[in-house]
Amino acid sequence: MTYQANEKGYYGDFGGAYIPEMLYPNVEELRTTYLDIMNEPSFKEEFNQLLKDYVGRPSPLYYAKRLSEKHNTKVYLKREDLNHTGAHKVNNTIGQILVAKKLGKNRIIAETGAGQHGVATATVCALMGLECIVYMGEIDIKRQAPNVARMKMLGAEVRPAKSGSKTLKDATNEAIRDWINNPVDTHYIIGSAIGPHPYPDMVTRFQSIISEEIKWQLKEKEGREHPDYIVACIGGGSNAAGTYYHFLDNQDVGIIAVEAAGKGIHSGESAATSQLGKEGIIHGCKTLLMQTQDGQITEPYSISAGLDYPGVGPLHAHLHKSGRGEFYSVTDDDAMTAGLELSQLEGIIPAIESSHALAVFNDKKFKPDDIVVISLSGRGDKDLNTYIDYFKL
Amino acid sequence: MNRIQSALAQDKKLLSIYFTAGYPSLHDTVKVIQDLEKNGVDMIEIGLPFSDPLADGPTIQESSTIALKNGITTSILFDQLKDIRKTVHIPLIIMGYFNPMMQYGIEAFCAKCQEIGIDGLIIPDLPVAEYHEHYKEIFEKYGLINVLLITPQTSDERIRYIDSVSNGFIYMVSSASTTGAKNTFGNAQQKYFERIQSLDLKNPQIVGFGISNNETFMQATKTSKGAIIGSAFIKHLTQQGIDKIGDFVKEIR
Repeated sequence: MTYQANEKGYYGDFGGAYIPEMLYPNVEELRTTYLDIMNEPSFKEEFNQLLKDYVGRPSPLYYAKRLSEKHNTKVYLKREDLNHTGAHKVNNTIGQILVAKKLGKNRIIAETGAGQHGVATATVCALMGLECIVYMGEIDIKRQAPNVARMKMLGAEVRPAKSGSKTLKDATNEAIRDWINNPVDTHYIIGSAIGPHPYPDMVTRFQSIISEEIKWQLKEKEGREHPDYIVACIGGGSNAAGTYYHFLDNQDVGIIAVEAAGKGIHSGESAATSQLGKEGIIHGCKTLLMQTQDGQITEPYSISAGLDYPGVGPLHAHLHKSGRGEFYSVTDDDAMTAGLELSQLEGIIPAIESSHALAVFNDKKFKPDDIVVISLSGRGDKDLNTYIDYFKL
Repeated sequence: MNRIQSALAQDKKLLSIYFTAGYPSLHDTVKVIQDLEKNGVDMIEIGLPFSDPLADGPTIQESSTIALKNGITTSILFDQLKDIRKTVHIPLIIMGYFNPMMQYGIEAFCAKCQEIGIDGLIIPDLPVAEYHEHYKEIFEKYGLINVLLITPQTSDERIRYIDSVSNGFIYMVSSASTTGAKNTFGNAQQKYFERIQSLDLKNPQIVGFGISNNETFMQATKTSKGAIIGSAFIKHLTQQGIDKIGDFVKEIR
């Protein structure tokens, strides 16, 4: 069993590039060049330099003593929340902006839900002096005003997606339409491990710095590179893909994915794709997605905007179907409680996305000597209003 | 001979019209088809609505959203079309995205198309290689012609590959764009039209995207076999309803 994309971009039954002919030249250009570009010494040097000096990597691997005591196991947190811009998203946007430059593109487009990927894209565009257009659902623009302001301050144009349900999936459609209409000078920075091949693989490789660091950091602290379990939350699944990447082939490492169950898996307001999804095609790849019996894509729900996506990346669909990954679904309530718990046990306010991963202890009992690494994918600043409203603080 | 091939064999430029099934009202589908034929349209593309039509511009997106709200589904569309061949004789093509067809079951979908008398399919997000490898045999088993797209960015080599896999016509997307009406074609389009003509392909080409009136129809068909109008017709339906379809068709030629 392999967990790498094959040359057509398939992970088992999932992946591929189901794109209109209008996008073929763009996607093909990327497909035929991305690995070569990423392997160029000058590219690696610039990428690593920026991750170090600009993003602040390596991000710490922190032994959470009080959290460990509470749950009677050994918990390490991978602190992606300490990255510049506040989440793991920037690992990928740094990588893709460098690819875009190599390809001679001078106009960058992106989609965003909560605004984290939009901010990370606007940031690297400012850094490189490239034009930046971010598509964001009209409803999300209203819900996420601070991130909209950040993007504008960074010089990006935020265009409202007014079609369909006016949220992340529609913002993605609009970005794809923009790319169809601007096939020559534009690069589309997809923010998650989704989309047509080579995006899921490219995004996963850029995010794989997370597991690369975990290996040597754990070696320093525990004398071994491999934890017993690795835990991450999943929306589209870019932080999870990067967190798992270097452990995929080691069957001794348990892979745990935590999805958003919203108000309950079967409440009609959920984003638990592994439970509710069927195989289908969304945004250019074959994967698991939430849809009607008739094949219309349905609107997910989660209190966390970053997990509010009706599909999962094809790698994760493969991990689910093959049984390599253990999947859990966590409700809004359980995630919020876990977020508060971390804040008060460790003095770290997590993004609500990451709070879902922290709620894994409700469903999974670990042994006292298990080493459990949890990806703390983002910080909670952006979610303060949601926490305040929820806990009536 | 498939009805599409018979139409292509005629010595005239073909006018093909796209509309969204279940729009403006759920049960308008059959009347729109019948009126288009009565008014001399040569071929019809019936749009199977999808929630996320990423190759379409705002007009067709909006009509799809409304059609879905009206309650259209794949099964309801097939039911609406079950007796269509008692009254309509021109080629009928279903144009839609791949996911709803996958969920119906590709083979079941094709079998149903054959039963009803559908002649072909246009599936923008089913790439040629995927079709060639996995679905061509099924489509052909049920007598369906798969219409593939080319754009100004498609290389000559790839156009020849698409030509070799096609057995009806090639859908020539007029410019790098999503669907939507334009008022005129510029130099870039003329050059592209001439480039394709010079390739001397085995399949005739029909131009789509950006055809909205007599002027663009005449320009597009100068070097091609015909033209497809979609968004402009949807706009007409939105503004005039379904009783003045003849007025629209007469304006075109």
